[in-house]
Amino acid sequence: MSIIYLLPIEPIKEEFLQNAGLAIEKIFDFPFQILKSQFRAEIAYDYSREQYNSTLILSKIIEVSPDNAEKIIGITDVDLFVPVLTFVFGEAQLDGKAALVSISRLKNEFYGLPKNENLLIDRINKEVIHELGHTFGLYHCDNYECVMNSSMYVENIDLKRIDFCHKCRTILNYNITKQHSKNNK
Amino acid sequence: MNKSINILVVDDEFSVRDSLFKWFREDGYNVDTAENATEALKKIQESKWDLILLDIKMPGMDGMELQKRIKEIDPGIIIIMITAFASVDTAVQALKVGAYDYVTKPIDPDYLSHIVNNALREKKLSIENLQLRESIKEYSKFDEIIGESQNMKNVLNLIETVAKTDTTVLIRGESGTGKELIARAIHSNSSRRYFPFIPVNCGGLPEGILESELFGHERGAFTGAQYRRKGKFEMADGGTIFLDEIGNVSMKTQMDLLRVIETKKFTRVGGNEEITSDFRIISATNADLEAAVKEGTFREDLYYRLNVFSIFLPPLRERRSDIPLLAQHFLKKYSISMNKPMEGFTPEAMDILVKYNWPGNIRELENAIERAMVVGTPPYVKPKDLPFQIGEIKKTPSAETLAEVEKNHIIYILEKNNWNISRSAEILGIDRVTLYNKIEKYGLRK
Repeated sequence: MSIIYLLPIEPIKEEFLQNAGLAIEKIFDFPFQILKSQFRAEIAYDYSREQYNSTLILSKIIEVSPDNAEKIIGITDVDLFVPVLTFVFGEAQLDGKAALVSISRLKNEFYGLPKNENLLIDRINKEVIHELGHTFGLYHCDNYECVMNSSMYVENIDLKRIDFCHKCRTILNYNITKQHSKNNK
Repeated sequence: MNKSINILVVDDEFSVRDSLFKWFREDGYNVDTAENATEALKKIQESKWDLILLDIKMPGMDGMELQKRIKEIDPGIIIIMITAFASVDTAVQALKVGAYDYVTKPIDPDYLSHIVNNALREKKLSIENLQLRESIKEYSKFDEIIGESQNMKNVLNLIETVAKTDTTVLIRGESGTGKELIARAIHSNSSRRYFPFIPVNCGGLPEGILESELFGHERGAFTGAQYRRKGKFEMADGGTIFLDEIGNVSMKTQMDLLRVIETKKFTRVGGNEEITSDFRIISATNADLEAAVKEGTFREDLYYRLNVFSIFLPPLRERRSDIPLLAQHFLKKYSISMNKPMEGFTPEAMDILVKYNWPGNIRELENAIERAMVVGTPPYVKPKDLPFQIGEIKKTPSAETLAEVEKNHIIYILEKNNWNISRSAEILGIDRVTLYNKIEKYGLRK
């Protein structure tokens, strides 16, 4: 049976992982399973930027992915970057298997605001669904309420809903069906 | 979705290429990468690219040199330079030679997204702008002015000459000769062509309404003026105002017109604010303005203001050789709009059209053809389809003087024979010297 795995890169609050898993189950209709942390983000630390290379962590996630994984998404607490950009909220293999989300810039505290755990859970769930959406072959969407809308600021994440717009949902369903028939052959 | 937009990332660092490739792909762009100038040039020659992200510092040919080569191949490609902080000076140099903008590594994702979106939007707008200008150029041709007679060739030459200037033009001619068409042709071949052409029929409106039409009015200026309204002079700012039937305006409006022509300033009816507008005036009339000036019904100063450059449109009966061409043009027009496959005219029908006097000029001809298209059956328009018959033509006494009839007949024969004097004299039954004398007497010119 195909499963979507959640992989904490370093200890992440169980509540965050459980909530993200339930959101995955609800939105994608796949069962989820939380894996034990298997490596540390330090492997991708860049001393000159004092950030963590997202692409390196993503390739490590692919390495440890279980055989029956439909998808696998890593969740980390560190601040991510890709070499040419100042930061990223997450990264995914477009139409692939693995994705990664950082909760570092999703926290209110990062912006000097009071802690708000409910809001943080909401943001994590949206970013997890967004990055997994890419692994199911979805591009960024112009509809600002769609979870696939590209987020440059955390405020953009708060604006969107934790679901796909009608267009993205249609493409997602088509891609899932296509993927299943390919797997069954 | 940006599936139709192609982006090429040129950078010698794999991690930069890879990151930008993935980043743009997630936005739905078609993305490709090149690790050096040679590979980039090959890809640019093989496919069409909308935007190139180009690293300034690369081994071999650097980004600056590559940019020049790319602009030689396709000047329309948007180039955004990627630079390290240390080489911002170089990036500024790149801007001077045509790069759209530059980004400094590491790039703020929001800034990159903003700059790419702006560049692509600008490119789309400039393509649209180019297409619109091209379509305006198409409209600017004299295609709609039909006629190969010498009379019409002279008119076309006058239009071409005056269109390039900003001179005030007075178009004269009988009703139905196409004065508005000529005014539009002047406007659409002038430097004002991208601004409005505003026609006003001065003859069809009572004095008060015409004043409000021309100058606009403020709210409450008169009963029924519920809103402030811009006048035609205000609307014509940058363009051309066409005052048709100028001979029919009242003395009060003539006074107002004179003031606005002289100052290019006016106030709306019921308002105090002085409005300035930059317009060109083309006016038209079928009236004898000189006689009106003598009679004191048309202001002499206004007459001289309007009659700076005069174009006289000959009545259709003075350019009979154009009738077959015009008839065929209208036949084609209505054949398409009515979806009726009429191919042409029987020789008898065409003979009637050419011989008829056409007091209503081209407008009457067009109406006659439209009617023939309704009642006639394809493939040819026959004499019975026309609203008049040959007998009627003979019976209808012309309102012209004997001299005018003679002049028009001589013009008709000359045009028909391409101004061959010997042949025309023979047909007219007079000798060549007499024909020359008559050409001189009536001031006829080829």
